[in-house]
Amino acid sequence: MANRLHVGTRKGLFELARNNGVWEIVDVRFLGDPVSAVLADAGGSVWAALDLGHFGAKLWRRDGAGDWREMAVPVFPQKPDDASEDPHPWSLGKIWVIEPGGVPGRLWAGTMPGGFFRSDDRGESWSLNEALWHMPERRQWFGVAGGEQPGINSVLIDPRSPSDIRVGVSCAGLWATTDAGASWKIINQGMYNEYMPPERREDPIVQDIHLLSRCAAHPEIVWCQHHNGVFRSENAGANWYELAAIRPSKFGFAVAAHPSDPDTAWFVPAIKDERRIPVDGEVVVARTRDAGRSFEVLQQGLPHRHAYDLVYRHALAVDETGERLAFGSTTGGLWISEDGGDSWTMPEARLPPIAVVRFAPV
Amino acid sequence: MARVSFTSALQRFLPAPSAQVEGGTVGAALTVVFASRPVLRGYVLDDQGALRRHVAVYVNGQPVHDRVRLTDPVGPHDEIYVFQALSGG
Repeated sequence: MANRLHVGTRKGLFELARNNGVWEIVDVRFLGDPVSAVLADAGGSVWAALDLGHFGAKLWRRDGAGDWREMAVPVFPQKPDDASEDPHPWSLGKIWVIEPGGVPGRLWAGTMPGGFFRSDDRGESWSLNEALWHMPERRQWFGVAGGEQPGINSVLIDPRSPSDIRVGVSCAGLWATTDAGASWKIINQGMYNEYMPPERREDPIVQDIHLLSRCAAHPEIVWCQHHNGVFRSENAGANWYELAAIRPSKFGFAVAAHPSDPDTAWFVPAIKDERRIPVDGEVVVARTRDAGRSFEVLQQGLPHRHAYDLVYRHALAVDETGERLAFGSTTGGLWISEDGGDSWTMPEARLPPIAVVRFAPV
Repeated sequence: MARVSFTSALQRFLPAPSAQVEGGTVGAALTVVFASRPVLRGYVLDDQGALRRHVAVYVNGQPVHDRVRLTDPVGPHDEIYVFQALSGG
């Protein structure tokens, strides 16, 4: 089970370790700087992406017990004259997600304004996936609240085939490649976006995917927390059906798939877009263990009254056993469970607003 | 030679000492600085070479006009100052 947790906040990166059964902060880095993405690998390396308000997106890496070192960031190519009608900037907004690529040294980074970048040297250098960036349909992608630019928020690498990649985009549906990014197509069918004009609601490219999460042991099972509902796919993201049993509400950002049980996943629902707060001021986690036919509302150890914590899309994590979970909130709440979500404890800390939590794999 | 100075706010992230450089424009002067400090470039300019939205450049106490192509002229005794526009939270 994971014994180390990285928490990226608006004011720095906090590292927690489990010592004698107690989770405590053991390191603080980048204090004062917004952290937008974190990755930890089994080899002991940690990557932290910063979103500096003045000076742009940055990327740092620490190997084992070594010092942090600044890496290159993804850079967009020179914008050609014939791209003047592209509504999106050709300049890195922020790194939103970093995922291991399934082959030694490879990483993928999803960014705002929608560029998908690959590194084959553990983040030392990056190259834009030109095929996806140059899809004419990309100009239809649009930004959503909280980000003026479209962004790639989810990167799913098929553990059986690292050339099979699916990315979730806010706001542009789910794009898939089976040739390591040489060609792409949009694949998601069955979702609907209720804030769009009626004639566009079922269009795959307008689907507001907040986050995708895949069952590692059964990669065909993918869960989605969508802007207006919770969905499940049993064919790796091509066809989706809504899980109407979700409670106490269907809006939210985060989802975590159980790593080995294809029928189990966790969500953190909230009152939807007009307000974005927990229902009735109670922080709860919704868990299904029957593929979404029913949901349990878990709240042991979570605040029951006057809690206004919102949990962002990358701020819920599960470890490789499915027993340890963690989530963090916009008001700095951080809760950890060691029993699959049945009960939760809060480390002794009042943290800044949390953007991302990530366990270090053992 | 013109003098290029950087806000102390940058020192938290990387060294950014003042430099005396040749350069007929703001862009040319910065290019000289970035040639010896390539990482610094990404803190000041975006991917297209324009000034970052929240970075300001003044020449002799006045803001530059061309934030995209950095064509404002720079004389041999001019002072170029690179700093951050304030943003809060």
